[in-house]
Amino acid sequence: MAADSSKIPAWPAWRQLANGDPVGLGASAFSPRSRALKARINEADRAVGSVCPYCGVGCGQQVYVKDGKILDIEGDYDSPISRGCLCPKGAATMQLVTGTHRVKTVLYRRPYGTRWEEIPLERALDLVARRVQKTRDDTWEDQHEKGHPLRRTLGIASLGGATLDNEENYLIKKLFSSLGVVQVENQARI
Amino acid sequence: MAECHPVGFQWVMEAKRRGATIIHIDPRFTRTSAVSDIHVPIRAGSDIAFLGALVNYIISNDCWFREYVVNYTNASALISEDFQDTEDLDGLFSGWDPEKGQYDPKSWQYRGVEVSPAAGHREMFSGEPRSERGASITAEEHDPTLTDPKCVFQIVKRHYARYTPEVVQQACGIAPDLFLKVARALCDNSGLERTSAFCYAVGWTQHTVGVQFIRTAAIVQLLLGNIGRPGGGIMALRGHSSIQGSTDIPTLYNMLPGYLPMPKASYDTDLEKYIEYNRSASGWWSEFPKYIVSLLKAWYGNNASAVNDYCYNYLPHISGDHSHMVTVAAMADGFVKGYFVLGENPAVGSMNASLQRKGLRKLEWLVVRDFAPTETAEFWRSAPEVVAGDVKPEEIATEVFFFPCAAHTEKDGSFTNTQRLLQWHHKAIEPPGDCRSELHFVYHLGKRLKELYRDSPDSKDHPIRDLAWNYREIGEIQEPDAEEVLAEINGHSLPDEKPLSAYTELNEDGSTACGCWIYCGCRKDGVNQTARRTPKDEQDWVALEWGWAWPANRRMLYNRASADPEGKPWSQRKKYVWWDPEQKKWTGYDNPDCIATRPPEYRPPEGAQGIDTLSGIDPFIMQAEGKGWLYDPSGLLDGPLPTHYEPQESVLKNPLYGQQCNPARLEWVRRDNPYHKAWGDPRYPFIATTYRVTEHHTAGGMSRWLPWLNELQPEMFVEVSPELAGLRGLENGGWATVSTIRGEIEARVLVTERLQPLVVQGQVMHQVGIPYHWSYVGRSTGDAANELTAFVADPNVSIEESKAFSVQIVAGRRASRRRAGAVGPLAAPEPGQEDGGEPSRDLPEVRTKKPATHGERSGRQQQTEEA
Ligand code: SF4
Repeated sequence: MAADSSKIPAWPAWRQLANGDPVGLGASAFSPRSRALKARINEADRAVGSVCPYCGVGCGQQVYVKDGKILDIEGDYDSPISRGCLCPKGAATMQLVTGTHRVKTVLYRRPYGTRWEEIPLERALDLVARRVQKTRDDTWEDQHEKGHPLRRTLGIASLGGATLDNEENYLIKKLFSSLGVVQVENQARI
Repeated sequence: MAECHPVGFQWVMEAKRRGATIIHIDPRFTRTSAVSDIHVPIRAGSDIAFLGALVNYIISNDCWFREYVVNYTNASALISEDFQDTEDLDGLFSGWDPEKGQYDPKSWQYRGVEVSPAAGHREMFSGEPRSERGASITAEEHDPTLTDPKCVFQIVKRHYARYTPEVVQQACGIAPDLFLKVARALCDNSGLERTSAFCYAVGWTQHTVGVQFIRTAAIVQLLLGNIGRPGGGIMALRGHSSIQGSTDIPTLYNMLPGYLPMPKASYDTDLEKYIEYNRSASGWWSEFPKYIVSLLKAWYGNNASAVNDYCYNYLPHISGDHSHMVTVAAMADGFVKGYFVLGENPAVGSMNASLQRKGLRKLEWLVVRDFAPTETAEFWRSAPEVVAGDVKPEEIATEVFFFPCAAHTEKDGSFTNTQRLLQWHHKAIEPPGDCRSELHFVYHLGKRLKELYRDSPDSKDHPIRDLAWNYREIGEIQEPDAEEVLAEINGHSLPDEKPLSAYTELNEDGSTACGCWIYCGCRKDGVNQTARRTPKDEQDWVALEWGWAWPANRRMLYNRASADPEGKPWSQRKKYVWWDPEQKKWTGYDNPDCIATRPPEYRPPEGAQGIDTLSGIDPFIMQAEGKGWLYDPSGLLDGPLPTHYEPQESVLKNPLYGQQCNPARLEWVRRDNPYHKAWGDPRYPFIATTYRVTEHHTAGGMSRWLPWLNELQPEMFVEVSPELAGLRGLENGGWATVSTIRGEIEARVLVTERLQPLVVQGQVMHQVGIPYHWSYVGRSTGDAANELTAFVADPNVSIEESKAFSVQIVAGRRASRRRAGAVGPLAAPEPGQEDGGEPSRDLPEVRTKKPATHGERSGRQQQTEEA
């Protein structure tokens, strides 16, 4: 075998001896390729402070962004709650928010329909607003037969909130109460 | 905890490294058990027998913290002469009305004074007017020696005397030695120098006696002096990123923001009555009027004034229970027409899944918002009954709108974590396509409805017309400004609109607006306090500069109890807040949870009112008399003291009392929700419990679509012990069918010693473990555990029982045409006909009441429900 001196330093064992790193856990563990590798997040324009969207522990996250795209989501070392850790779910947040499972258009299934149809967002909002108005007007209860006020509809209900922001829960409760919708519930009762 | 809250569990491991003893009580051996010092396998549903025996052990071995108990709890209060305990009535308390199927709590009250509870059912009362309640709190009768047979301490002692280690063995299947080991470890680690904590996940609430489980833990912790002190407490580990926030700012039927009750029909008919019925004359809830008036000012702005009761009459009124299961039952009966489902998946995560879907089929319209269509959105085309051909899409009239949601990285907003900490997440990128936040959806829906009702003269439309609904719209997608909403929640003064910094600044004269009084201060000085991220290494261990905790950025509630009655720390080791005699104020590592300038010597003068009734030693300031309640004189619907009752569907007869189940539990006696026999049903001989795995999240909407997580935990399974596998011919990796009278599911079998048979009353009991994440859509599918569960609930909070019920398990796959309670040829027979009219399922007999017109729920009524 012809000696190729340029290859000798590439042998891990040789590097370990040459660097005085017999167990191979120091700098000699690098190859030229791995030395050239950079963390994906080095490329980021900015890191945005965030919070894990799964359970109630509230681990800190950093969202690394480049050119309006998320490069990666990692645990926030500064958090006194999580000290940089994320569990399997928290660590999968990147896939949750960038995965191909996400549907990006409004889907509509007409009564007795057998398939979904895509409809524009604005139109869907108009339709839902009209459904709310009609159901509310049709099912309004102003007073109990004994004369005390009810001022509500039991024809409309809402479920959900534990995965949403406080500000979102606030607007839901504010709007729905003002519409007379009392059947507002979320995961806290399940 | 290691399974479901892994990163939170690092602090348990940290405590262990510093010498703490970790005790894990769970039917299954899990990752938590693997690193614990003691694992206690318990029969699912028998927790009060275990905890009650701890109470008995603590009292009979004199391990309780006398000075704490005498000064900080209601141990010395004298109870009404009419009170009778479960000891006297074989499992019932005094006041049981068999006709109504509920308690009259009058005989549970303190002697000489009636008090309102700080939480729970404040509508419970036996006299009017209620603004007087707690008014003469200084007249409460006490026996500081704790020897009067009618004082709380003696009542508690007597009530738990029969909860012995032998009873623990009979009820829980735990050997006396193991029980004593736990009791000794707990008592050795409580006192002046040491504290112990209880951590639970909310499966603890999913029992017909869920509230009372947690109450028993509270009694143990109060007796040991473990509340309001560092390293102590009872920690609820909740399962969603903002489930605490959605309780504080409640998307819940019975509350308004900040734990103010929803107006109750026939009682709270105007603002004056509402205040009269809900304020307490003593304790912190005497401040109640300030909070409701400020809320109404936030909602209706300039339209709300003293002349029109601040638009109080715009609020809808509740009559009885409008909780989730009541609503779904009403839906299945055709009373509910439209349904919004926002980031939740009830077709998988809620009880009796086939009944949930029956409800969805009866709707006129359904809105689902999520990342991708969930089982709830797809119920009309891929549900089991549709696949089986029992229901055809062409026959389902429901109009379904699926709106794609924005992720937390695509919107600004705050989550409140399980320790009451608000943390802001910043928008990193724009949402793709038509994905939008719920803030966007609700705001634009509201804008449209305001437009539709703009010119309506009808008084019913005034609330929507007058609703304050102006938020800055940002960017092309017109996203409302979340921080403006946070500013409204925080509150401001009027008319100058200066941000408020604390709830103590709120007024009842309309000069302040505040969307949620307990969150007041989260935007102190106009700065978003929830967005603070001072690194942990740059502050002390309490970390007051990371996020913002309600109330008043206080990290530990009731922390006044960390000091002795004179205001000095109980010990140097457990120092937290204390009275500084030089500065004449309370100080410490945290924000003191008491009136900061009130000296420990202060005692309320006779006839004191409002917060003047709180003495300088009272740590539990939300209570009418400032004390921790060992015994609940008011507020609970199923008794003042936790008592062991069996689950609705048990394998055992109650070993302690003639009364089998919680007599006040909520049942839905309907054809599509049949029950097993109360105990020993030969068709369903095994105990089942449901749970989560680390790699999936609740009903799967945020996990079963992700390949990374599916690879880690690919498939639905059930866990059984080798003994049960042998008994039923189950093979590891093979198939099993698990069934109840409501439905059946199939799953791969995991034969494991993580589940052990228990010997209870000489019988061998087998438990089946069932994770509940899976169902019929997504990238990993499987049968849903909730096809098996029933509508049956705790009476106090209407939370279902899914953690203990009886099942059958057989080897092999289920038939392709599944049996289900709510649909199909094998639908259940009429109630009462199940066994050809076999004996009653419980004592006393459950009376079937005429179904209400809305949300049929037989047998039980709430106190306020109208006839
Ligand atoms: S990373 Fe895991 S433990 Fe932390 S909040 Fe997220 S789901 Fe919970």
